[in-house]
Amino acid sequence: MKLSKKSRFFPYAMLLPTVVIFAVFMIYPIIYSFYLSFTEFSGGTYNFVGLQNYIELFKDPVFYKALFNTFFYLIIQVPVMIGLALLLAVLIEQKFIRGRGFFRMSTFLPTITSLVAYALIFKVLFNTDHGLINYLVEFFGGEKIQWIYSAWPARASIIISITWRWVGYNMVILLAGIQAIPTDLYESASLDGANFWQKLRYVTIPSIKPVILFTTITSTIGTLQLFDEPYILTQGGPNYATITL
Amino acid sequence: MIKKICVYFLLILAAFLSLFPFYFMFVSGTNSNQAILAAPPRLIPGDMLAQNFSVLVEKMDIFRVAFNTLFLSVVFVLLAVILFSSAGYVLAKYEFKGKGIIFGFIMVSMMIPAQVMYVPLFQMFVSAGMTNTYAAVILPSLANAFGIFLMRQNMMNFPTALIEAARIDGYTEFQIFTHIVLPNVKPALSALVIYMFTTMWNNFMWPLIVLETKDMYNFPVALAVLDGNPTNKDFAVILLATSIATLPILFIFMVFQKQFVAGVMGGAVKE
Repeated sequence: MKLSKKSRFFPYAMLLPTVVIFAVFMIYPIIYSFYLSFTEFSGGTYNFVGLQNYIELFKDPVFYKALFNTFFYLIIQVPVMIGLALLLAVLIEQKFIRGRGFFRMSTFLPTITSLVAYALIFKVLFNTDHGLINYLVEFFGGEKIQWIYSAWPARASIIISITWRWVGYNMVILLAGIQAIPTDLYESASLDGANFWQKLRYVTIPSIKPVILFTTITSTIGTLQLFDEPYILTQGGPNYATITL
Repeated sequence: MIKKICVYFLLILAAFLSLFPFYFMFVSGTNSNQAILAAPPRLIPGDMLAQNFSVLVEKMDIFRVAFNTLFLSVVFVLLAVILFSSAGYVLAKYEFKGKGIIFGFIMVSMMIPAQVMYVPLFQMFVSAGMTNTYAAVILPSLANAFGIFLMRQNMMNFPTALIEAARIDGYTEFQIFTHIVLPNVKPALSALVIYMFTTMWNNFMWPLIVLETKDMYNFPVALAVLDGNPTNKDFAVILLATSIATLPILFIFMVFQKQFVAGVMGGAVKE
């Protein structure tokens, strides 16, 4: 249907406020940031210095630590989290499960907490001398782990915290995908004598591939942008061991 | 049978691990600092709630902070609903020049880390003399691609026939939007409301940068400042403050669970 002349402006009018906001508070800052990256701040003014900042950045060892950490988190955390989320989603969808709502809700709950709140809780739990986690480690005969003060445990604590927060979110998305799989696929798989793992491998995973891809992409973006958690939990330390880009 | 037990065991374990930190937080708010730092920490409610609260009120103006957080969240939600529903609607249901570019820009912006924008944004608000205002917190947050995406995905499924019927009945385009479309996408709108409310309630990095005085802080910033004080760190008080900041959002989640889940799913799965 052709719109009348007046109505043709309607979509633009509806979009105008949003476009203005994006232009002022998103596009302009991005471009300006890019411009600033070629300048140097001295004596209250910005002077154009070309690629110098980039050269300094690539000479800076902290940058490589940050780069390494970001990719380390990416390689470990994203697959672990998506795998866990998928497992939980499949388990919750098992036919005999009662209290599905409760399980779904409780695993999703961490997603809604504020970053500061959950980082503070984990800081107390991971506390080296007084934290509950180290108490349990010692109780089972281990040695106290310097969660915040040595490099690898600090990275582990960040991965654990992020996984705790986001696994339920990804699980819910995967659940939506699993619920959309036609049940007769499972029925015929059962008739063919497929067990739990075979059904997972040959029915569930292929059917929800796009959804798995979606969660992987969003989690990857999230991890690449990771900043707040290390900032609060470990302040990027020890010796920049947990710092990210 | 063994299989059933295993599945239940794993699910209960997952639920326990998810819920335990919340329990720990609430319980710690009622215990003393020593009890939290003991080995093992006290995991049952204590009787220190009133005392912790009085210490907390001394250290931070919790009522002011609560008001700030609520005010920011409510105003942000109102603006976000108006902006994102209208933008999402025309992006879903109209064909016009530049639509592809605009939608593409909005989607790409989701991938750009917010940190990139902080320096120029801060300079902008400094030169406008608007740092330390509610507007400085709210305005940049309105450039939220997820909200627009959520609205567009949901409006895509709105029957075009209804829109055309209304057009024949003589409704203007704007009336169609307000009288026909909006009342019929209430579930999507409530998902948006809840998401945006949570986003602003938990907003941390940008308020930390742009807010300067204690009387403007929202909960996340006030909590970080409370935690940042290195002398006499009282974990009981910190965790009590954290509990108070978390309770409202927890309550909203309990009431609107379905919309929360629908919001997450709506963005991901298309029929």
